[in-house]
Amino acid sequence: MAKWMRPYGDTMNDGKIQLSFTLPLNNNAHGEACAKAYAEALNIHDVAVVHAETLSDGFTFYVVYGTASKQIDAASIKATEVETDVMDKATIETFIETHFNRPLTFIGASTGTDAHTVGIDAIMNMKGYSGHYGLERYKNINAINLGSQVDNEALLEAAVKHQADVILISQTVTQKDVHIQNLTAFIELLEAEHKRDDFIVIIGGARINHSLAKELGYDAGFGPKKFAFDVASFAVQALRDKKKNV
Amino acid sequence: MKLILDQNTIQACREAAEKIALDIQNIIDDHSTVAVERTILRMLGIDGINAFDIPYVNLVVEHIQTHADITKGVAHYFAKAIENTDFSPQQIAEKIASNAIDLSIYDNEKPAPIHLLTPYLENTERKILAQKATRDQWTTPKTLPDKYVIVATGNIYEDIEQAISAAKKGADIIAVIRTTGQSLLDYVPYGATTEGFGGTYATQENFRLMRKALDDVSKTENRYIKLVNYASGLCMPEIAAMGAIERLDMMLNDSLYGIIFRDINMKRTFVDQYFSRVISAFAHITINTGEDNYLTTSDAYDHAHTVVASQFINEQFAKNAAMKEELMGLGHAYEIDPNIENSFSYEIAQAQLSRQLFPNAPLKYMPPTKHMTGDIFKGTMQNTLFNIASVVTKQNIHLLGMLTEAIHTPFMSDRAQALNNANYMYKAFKDFADEIRIEEGGIIDQRAKSVLNDAKKLLDTIAEEGLFKTLEKGTFAGVSRSQTQGKGLDGVFKKHQTYHNPVIDRMLKALKEAT
Repeated sequence: MAKWMRPYGDTMNDGKIQLSFTLPLNNNAHGEACAKAYAEALNIHDVAVVHAETLSDGFTFYVVYGTASKQIDAASIKATEVETDVMDKATIETFIETHFNRPLTFIGASTGTDAHTVGIDAIMNMKGYSGHYGLERYKNINAINLGSQVDNEALLEAAVKHQADVILISQTVTQKDVHIQNLTAFIELLEAEHKRDDFIVIIGGARINHSLAKELGYDAGFGPKKFAFDVASFAVQALRDKKKNV
Repeated sequence: MKLILDQNTIQACREAAEKIALDIQNIIDDHSTVAVERTILRMLGIDGINAFDIPYVNLVVEHIQTHADITKGVAHYFAKAIENTDFSPQQIAEKIASNAIDLSIYDNEKPAPIHLLTPYLENTERKILAQKATRDQWTTPKTLPDKYVIVATGNIYEDIEQAISAAKKGADIIAVIRTTGQSLLDYVPYGATTEGFGGTYATQENFRLMRKALDDVSKTENRYIKLVNYASGLCMPEIAAMGAIERLDMMLNDSLYGIIFRDINMKRTFVDQYFSRVISAFAHITINTGEDNYLTTSDAYDHAHTVVASQFINEQFAKNAAMKEELMGLGHAYEIDPNIENSFSYEIAQAQLSRQLFPNAPLKYMPPTKHMTGDIFKGTMQNTLFNIASVVTKQNIHLLGMLTEAIHTPFMSDRAQALNNANYMYKAFKDFADEIRIEEGGIIDQRAKSVLNDAKKLLDTIAEEGLFKTLEKGTFAGVSRSQTQGKGLDGVFKKHQTYHNPVIDRMLKALKEAT
């Protein structure tokens, strides 16, 4: 059944929306009229330009409220999410004991030129993030964090050496889509070396999601607000399924 | 507002740090690196690249490595080449690049006439001192923290647009973030650049272009806008020299950061940081150390003492490079977890502790990044608390927090919003610190004391076992490094007994005469 909707301000389907943007214009009546016209061009009506502030010569920042005229059918929108059960740390530890007769090795890195370790550390390091322990703290998981600026080749070499079950790749810098090029190169490398099926390969980062991961040829992708248990839940179930299929 | 701290504990921290740095200094004095040698060449006036974009300074060092003996140092070969030819260092470098000169003929034990290099070194030193004089004319003492913003478009010309806009909104310091990965390049790229990821290449021409733009806006705004870049990574001293020549005002420059976070070999880093700090001390460039980074990796509450310990170590390394305290921008950060009860009190304790331990240092205070979520409204609150902590504890170099941290490199509007926030808090809390007392035995007092005591214990342990061992154990940021591994190790060598670094000798002499 269709479920048509607009944004909610304080009444169902009132379409109230707030936005802020900068125009390359001076801060004056003309600039404000342009900000209003621009919002209207985005299908917003009853536009109120509530704040205009000079940022520099020829640049003004606007805060705008209005009513969005477009509506969507929420029932027709599909989103891809990782579709395995999410387990907590203890359940994952037991799951590994039940389904595998050995510990699992997770190897992770922030790859390419990316110098940011915050993502991979949040998932892998002992401390974890926001109260959720990282993989190092998990029983039956051997977590190896290679850190930042690891070449794709070096990551694969380490994964082979440590006989990793799971490879985790973190990408933080996404300017000019540098992460896409780098992630694509890693899958190509795996395929060229005939090693794609040897690992469960998972990517993560602030601008990563599951659809992007699938599109690039990865097993899963995790964006913001995902923790070690999310990643591990997926990985252990994927490994179990892989074992079954062999 | 003042903490009552045990002066004996502080003294003991300094003594332990002194011992730690002295142990390393012995290793530093025995070694040189390819980056150090390239820096000497730059100070001799050598600039430019060949047809394949390789800097002449790299070609020269590689030439000596391949055909002669680099352990004698580039000064040895150039002094002899000048003695025997009519060429300038630049001409010699160009001739080496085209294989018209082979320096191996000077690979003998006969002492080199190092004094023949003096006119060329003096020429560069004059440029640096003229830049220092220009800066001194402009600079006025500040009572409130200097507001520091970053630009990171990847394109120097866009960076200039963004920097001008930020300066007009009240920024005092502009940092041009480097493109990701530059720290691992063993050469400095050349010319104006427009392609970078998450930042812009540090090149001498980019330095010059940005400095010129900031000089122009300094004139219209009638206050001096400072420029920051990174003397770090595998080209640490070279970039320090380039910054000195082009009048950068601050350089990110940490004695341990490259080792821990970039896996650069520790010997390489220690030798390079020493030379880079001597140059910065000579040029009167403020360094910014990188302790804040420990807390983006480790927990800010549990590892607060590692920050303090590292500040003491960085202070000693800077002292060994003849740097004055007023140039030591020791770092720390507001990375405390917002979910902790009384997080603000703990943060005030830490910031005030740093302030009192290093009263003459222009402390660099970094904003929340680790616990920024993408919720820009909450992010604004976190930044507001950070701004209050900074002004109340009288920090000096205040890196503005962006509400869109963890989302994208800042928009022009993000930076303006950050400046508005800081300006408001500076005004609102201007004299607040002078109005309040820290309760003895209260949360702030207890916390500051316990962090200081833990820092002392850590420094004592490091002094006992040595810094190399500490780095191997992974004490800082939980990252372990080995002295026989890491990037850039192949560019480290033990000095030959006839080795000279005339740049260090001359600069140290000038710095000692000045005091």
